[in-house]
Amino acid sequence: MTTAGALDQIFVTVDHWLVAKTPAPFQTLVAVVIPVAAIIVVFATLFALTTILERKGLGRIQNRYGPNRVGPYGIFQPLADAVKSLTKEDIVPRVADHVVHYLAPLVLVAAAFLAYAVLPVGKNMTAVNLDAGVLFFFAIGAATELAVFMAGWSSRNKYSLLGAMRAIAQMISYEIPLILSSVAVIMISGTLSTTAIVDQQAHYSGIFPHWNVFTPWGLAGFILFMIAATAETNRSPFDLPEGESEIIAGYFIEYSGFKFALFFLAEYLEMFAVSGLGITLFLGGWSAPLSFLAILPSWFWFFTKLLVLIMAFIWVRGTLPRLRMDQLMNFAWKFMLPMTLIVIFAAGLWRFLTPVFAAQGALGVVIRWLVCGAVIAVPYLLLARVLEQGRKIEKRTYRYAE
Amino acid sequence: MLGEGIIQGLVETARNFFGSYVEKERLTTIQFPEERRELPEASRVFPFLLYDGSDPTQGLRCVSCQICEKECPPRCIHIEKSKDKKPDFVGKQQFYPAVFDIDVSVCMSCQICVEVCPFDAIRMDKEFELSTSDRFDGLLWTKEQLARPNEYYQKIHPEEAAETDGRREKEMADAKAKAAAAAAAAAARAAAAAGEASANGAAGNGAAAPKTPAPASKVSQ
Repeated sequence: MTTAGALDQIFVTVDHWLVAKTPAPFQTLVAVVIPVAAIIVVFATLFALTTILERKGLGRIQNRYGPNRVGPYGIFQPLADAVKSLTKEDIVPRVADHVVHYLAPLVLVAAAFLAYAVLPVGKNMTAVNLDAGVLFFFAIGAATELAVFMAGWSSRNKYSLLGAMRAIAQMISYEIPLILSSVAVIMISGTLSTTAIVDQQAHYSGIFPHWNVFTPWGLAGFILFMIAATAETNRSPFDLPEGESEIIAGYFIEYSGFKFALFFLAEYLEMFAVSGLGITLFLGGWSAPLSFLAILPSWFWFFTKLLVLIMAFIWVRGTLPRLRMDQLMNFAWKFMLPMTLIVIFAAGLWRFLTPVFAAQGALGVVIRWLVCGAVIAVPYLLLARVLEQGRKIEKRTYRYAE
Repeated sequence: MLGEGIIQGLVETARNFFGSYVEKERLTTIQFPEERRELPEASRVFPFLLYDGSDPTQGLRCVSCQICEKECPPRCIHIEKSKDKKPDFVGKQQFYPAVFDIDVSVCMSCQICVEVCPFDAIRMDKEFELSTSDRFDGLLWTKEQLARPNEYYQKIHPEEAAETDGRREKEMADAKAKAAAAAAAAAARAAAAAGEASANGAAGNGAAAPKTPAPASKVSQ
């Protein structure tokens, strides 16, 4: 095994070595516990890193410094936040449903962590290689909605209930485009296993990889997937369930101290998980962006892509204002849903044009690109025109106030 | 086209993000404890008591007339008048506050006490970092804690202080001139009284004579 290969497989090797060293009766248990512990430690650390990155990034976007007091350049801010959230008083409303109120953050975090089970974070580094990995991911993703509603309902607060209702409406609406845009990938790769989907993308023509994002349907699907993912994880501009200026904090308004921190953790974990799925489906998972860069370890590439997507999330959050509820729903049902259906159609077309133009070589590739690109671009332009007709900006008139 | 505005917005925020690392003038925040913006002249927080000279207990301008105590809308001032008297800056015998307390947890920084004070004894401070761990005694300021020299006032409110100082100097000069005139008159009367023995003086001057020495004797104290 080469040095690069050894470095690539270092965590797998360590895992096998540790399991081999444990006494036989505990081997199964240890083999399960190690990946779980690794996922919890790595992604919780990434959460801490992301909070400071986000606050610094948003600060710079708004021409501020961001946190810069704790440690050099404020890099120890997450530690201060952790100490604060752990030492704060845990307040439970007297009229709240105590059991459900207590369980909601736990269920949410557990569901958020479970989604990582099927994410291939590196070569041979999938915690559970399920045949229906993508299906499992979406099923677990839907479980977070239950936890959100538990939190909103049990707090017995108008705002938290409103926030929970908004969250449910939004998550269910955007789950459809999220799943439909990944259906295109599933159609092309013919498998629901995340590991197999990455393996299919991890080879190269010359130096360029075969990522799904480098096809017309893949590019459109990726953009739609990321928009739906933003809505699914309640991030700005789709942060209506939290809407600070409208309903204060939404469904977790009655939580304080560490439970509040758990909600934050779960929210970021969902964001990482759904970004990880986006990487798996469209961005070639752990494969290097150019063939000669494959000397760097696969897990390095996965986390690099993850950080890039996190940056993009922060950038979008710093740019766009929050949508209105009707805008949110119109966007889901009038734009996202038709576009994802068209992407599925384009993916099917791509699949059947491949054998037809196989003989023409490079010209065949160009024709395939143009045909599939047009199938997506023309409906997009038409749809954009139809949607923009309804919103001509006019002078606002009032019936009673003038 | 749909999505065009979003792209423009993203470009703008990216420009802000990278620009803030290059152009320092983009960053509008002031890093507070290290950098401080100078407060405007008219800014005010809580009142303080002015004293002349170097001794806060002797030079306190307050004569405990209790006007501020009565005018204070939230009634945060508590004054107890002294039994004895002390001369003020023009030499007049005045009471002084035996107790002068301001409860700053009640004070609403309205500056009415300053407006009504006829003795220029109370003014507004600019000091705002006043947190304390003792919410009872830490927020009840006694006259010793409230006393500030006139130089401090000149430093924090230069324009107002110049006006007040000018007025007080004029008052002091007037009082001096009056005293000098009285002294001159007394001297003239003394000379006249001395001359009376040899020659007959004016009867009118003699009638006013018992009144005039009083202010002169006050100045000499």
